[in-house]
Amino acid sequence: MITRCPAADNAPDQIHTHRLVGVLKLELRGITKRFGSLIANDHIDLVVEPGQVHCLLGENGAGKSTLMNVLYGLYDPTEGEILIDGKPVVFKDPGQAMAAGIGMVHQHFMLIPVFTVAENVALGNEATKAAGLLNLESTRRKIRQISEQYGFDVDPDAVVEDLPVGVQQRVEIIKALVRDAEVLILDEPTAVLTPQETDELLDIIRQLKRDGKSIVFISHKLREVKDISDTITVIRRGKVVGQAEPTASPTELASAMVGRAVSLTLDKAPAKTGEVTFKVRHLTVIDHNSQHVVDDLSFDIAKGEVLAIAGVQGNGQTELTEAILGVQPHASGSITLDGEELLGRSVKHVLGAGVGFVPEDRTLDGLVGTFSISENMILDLYDKAPFARGVGMKPGVIADNAAKKVEEFDVRTPSVSAAVGTLSGGNQQKVVLARELSRPLRLFIASQPTRGLDVGSIEFVHKRVIAERDHGTPVMIVSTELDEVMQLADRIAVLYRGRLVGIVPATTSRDVLGLMMAGVPANEAEASVAAHSDSRPTPAAVPDAAGREGETHV
Amino acid sequence: MSATSQPPASQRTTDGPAQSSGPAGVKTGTAELVSWKAGIGLGLLAVLGVILFGFLANTKTAGFRIAEARDPNASTAAAWVTLVVALAAAAYLGYLWTNRRRTGAAVGRWIPATTVAAVVVLGLAALGVARVEKIALPSMALGWICSVLLLAMAAYACFLTLPHRRIPGWLGGVFAVVFLIGFMVWIVAGGRDAEPSISLGGLMAGAVTLAVPLVFGSLSGVLCERVGVVNIAIEGQLLLGAFSAAVVATVTGNVYLGLVSAAVAGGLVSLVLAVVSIKYLVNQIIVGVVLNVLISGLTSFLFSTLLTADPQHLNKPGRLEPVDIPFLVDIPVIGPILFRQSLVGYLMYVAVIVVYVGLFHTKWGLRVRAVGEHPQAADTVGINVNRTRFRNVLMGGAVAGIGGSFFTLVSVDAFSKDMSGGRGYIALAAMIFGRWNPIGAFLAALLFGFADNLQSIITIIGSPVPSQFMAMLPYALTVIAVAGLVGRSRPPAASGIPYVKG
Ligand SMILES: Nc1ncnc2c1ncn2[C@@H]1O[C@H](COP(=O)(O)OP(=O)(O)OP(=O)(O)O)[C@@H](O)[C@H]1O
Ligand SMILES: [Mg+2]
Repeated sequence: MITRCPAADNAPDQIHTHRLVGVLKLELRGITKRFGSLIANDHIDLVVEPGQVHCLLGENGAGKSTLMNVLYGLYDPTEGEILIDGKPVVFKDPGQAMAAGIGMVHQHFMLIPVFTVAENVALGNEATKAAGLLNLESTRRKIRQISEQYGFDVDPDAVVEDLPVGVQQRVEIIKALVRDAEVLILDEPTAVLTPQETDELLDIIRQLKRDGKSIVFISHKLREVKDISDTITVIRRGKVVGQAEPTASPTELASAMVGRAVSLTLDKAPAKTGEVTFKVRHLTVIDHNSQHVVDDLSFDIAKGEVLAIAGVQGNGQTELTEAILGVQPHASGSITLDGEELLGRSVKHVLGAGVGFVPEDRTLDGLVGTFSISENMILDLYDKAPFARGVGMKPGVIADNAAKKVEEFDVRTPSVSAAVGTLSGGNQQKVVLARELSRPLRLFIASQPTRGLDVGSIEFVHKRVIAERDHGTPVMIVSTELDEVMQLADRIAVLYRGRLVGIVPATTSRDVLGLMMAGVPANEAEASVAAHSDSRPTPAAVPDAAGREGETHV
Repeated sequence: MSATSQPPASQRTTDGPAQSSGPAGVKTGTAELVSWKAGIGLGLLAVLGVILFGFLANTKTAGFRIAEARDPNASTAAAWVTLVVALAAAAYLGYLWTNRRRTGAAVGRWIPATTVAAVVVLGLAALGVARVEKIALPSMALGWICSVLLLAMAAYACFLTLPHRRIPGWLGGVFAVVFLIGFMVWIVAGGRDAEPSISLGGLMAGAVTLAVPLVFGSLSGVLCERVGVVNIAIEGQLLLGAFSAAVVATVTGNVYLGLVSAAVAGGLVSLVLAVVSIKYLVNQIIVGVVLNVLISGLTSFLFSTLLTADPQHLNKPGRLEPVDIPFLVDIPVIGPILFRQSLVGYLMYVAVIVVYVGLFHTKWGLRVRAVGEHPQAADTVGINVNRTRFRNVLMGGAVAGIGGSFFTLVSVDAFSKDMSGGRGYIALAAMIFGRWNPIGAFLAALLFGFADNLQSIITIIGSPVPSQFMAMLPYALTVIAVAGLVGRSRPPAASGIPYVKG
């Protein structure tokens, strides 16, 4: 049954020897996981050697998260076994997996927002004094010790909801380390991090590796994967399709993943801009702290042009898109589309005016998780022809429409009647895109359009965005991903603390953009980069420092 | 106060109004809008105070009798000891307070609270030592003093709001106290007699007694909601507790068995709630309401068919008599109020302390709160969410059941139809008013008990305020509390949401 569980009386001395050596070899043999008729994992074999960083690469919906959830005791495998140091183990719940030395950092953090760091770390593993009273002091001590060891800089008494995402992630790692995890699973840990936070995380992973821990690392960003991994396992449609060396080129990795050649660079024709139809003038948004989160913003987008909004997360991008969409009550100024004022109108009106919108957080604003794919595809068109007649809906037309789009956008799903909530992250995003891009648009806005997507899907989405542009639609892309901004944009607008630092051509260098994201005006940034061309600042570091500095700004 | 900088973590979500009704747990707790709500609210109350206590005041004096609250044969020694102890406590706490402020260390909320308590005890002890019989206050003069103070405080609040500064917590507290004094003086002076007076001890003791079932009920609510289950069935638990306490105590002839059976009965109601809502995922609020209606019907039916037919053998439970705690009961004024209680009353103190310490200082409590805030996270660290919920809901039911026994074993010694009279719902309000905290809920329940008792006393002495108006007061307080005048109250994030694994 459960070996390596400290509570189990047959194994304590073994655990002891393990903990002394600090290594653990993990093996998955023939793991199969079915959800109804869908086979998410199909006889997967995987060996995680001690002290290694093992990357899992695979398309959206390949079954990576499912496999990890099986390993962590959250799902029961349909078939197959897990071995630790050659001995089979069964995890009935995550508690047992943890006791066996497996820790997992989920993509959506499993932290209690209103608890302090210490309380979160202690939870489930509490040290107690007499009479069951909590002994948080010992937890605090451990947190400080780990913080020091890995340079985490985490205050045990901070309340989790007040911490930035990067720090929350460290709390998750501490949670695993406090439980003496020897294997650490990180499921898309960098999807929500700023470039600087990502670099710091990679450093932490290297340090953990040096301490003999093994890491399972899931990411769609090939640059990171190449940078950090010792072994790469590629999974496609639930099956292991092979191993890859970290020295393999990104194109090789990408094609192994997707099963066809993928182009990692986007080739697009120069924009053929038409008349300016979308105008934002003096847009100001005031938040509940009476701060100007969007401050006197003015810009235009012409037909057939992509304007990318760049900037470190939290510099007013969210509020800008909300204001355009009509969900920001405290916005002033003017937003016009083809001369029609949109500010102050309802969301329904704005969408009806031909604005396509891909929200930043799909699960929150873009989709209804319990609705089927076909229903989600017509969320905003349900009352229009051809999907409705009078007050009735036409299920046949709705299903056909969904089937066509699922095909076109390559959404991996067993059926169009599956609930959207059961789709993998990347496939959910495709559903949103499919819905928004398949009606006539007069303006297309996408926030983080490729967050969590695999390389194949990114290629596809980028092509679709450019196709929409070439179709003559003004396009606004909001992205914190500098690579994406530079690939898609015809012009780049940089936001800093809600103000427009400048609008520059897409050919502007990374370094200049990095400085601008820290609030340096375009011409100064150019000059400064030109002057320091040999000892150039890392563009990633600069905006983050600025973000911190922003906290003291009132 | 940063807005343009990195937003706190959980803000991957957009913060637009479209989502503001989403799970409260993911929202940041730091940013709070300094609104005019407080300033305007205080202003309105101040104007009300000026009209009532100032313009409508009469020339009588308002008397507050203290003598009755002091046993004639109570030792003066107790008063002296209290005086010395309270003095020492107040001095120590005051020192601690100023010292921590000076060194910049964290001043926990308990320090100001206990300091104020110590000062109040000190004052009462002084009255006891001085053998003061009665305090008579000229209502006109005092009314105007209070009015002016209220206006000043409201103006200060507005003054603070202008530059968007936060209104300090003490302002609300002092405002409430001044308003209360003004109100009491005004109302008592309005009595029929030439020199109207009420017994301060009687007023307070009655408040505590009336609060007992409310406290148990709200503790039940806290236990359930903290673990993520909404317990609307408190009313039913109180009622069935009262019923079974009456019947079992009569049948067995043992009031203590009656008490135990009340706990069991409350637990049974919870069992149904738990099975139906946790296991079968039926909407918790609907289950609760249905249970209340069901139990009201069931007990009414049994009462009118069985109990009224043979009250001698089924509905004559006998009483849990008040017991004095030696020495403590001799503390002037406070002693007889707090330390002359029935067993149920003392159990109430124990329950409040146990639930408080349990929730916030034990392993059990940490897990309970985790399950109520983010069940999935609790699951991933190996906590069995639904088992934890089940256990807590049962516990909550038992606590409410004991509260129900108060009606038949302490207050009246017989069961009557629907005798809980909606107190289960008031208990729910006390829980919200007390911000899901056992001590907060206890204080809120005391306040409701106070308003309840004040109403009956006013009816006796005759007063300018119709008693119906006073009867409205607890509910008005609840509405104000829930509307957030007393600050942001945030329920446990997963409260009311069933947990399905996977
Ligand atoms: N609870 C569930 N019920 C039904 N199907 C599920 C469930 N969880 C996952 N699936 C399906 O299993 C497949 C694998 O999903 P999984 O989340 O493991 O993908 P992934 O590799 O992590 O993808 P991504 O990179 O997009 O996160 C998907 O087709 C998904 O629809
Ligand atoms: Mg995944």
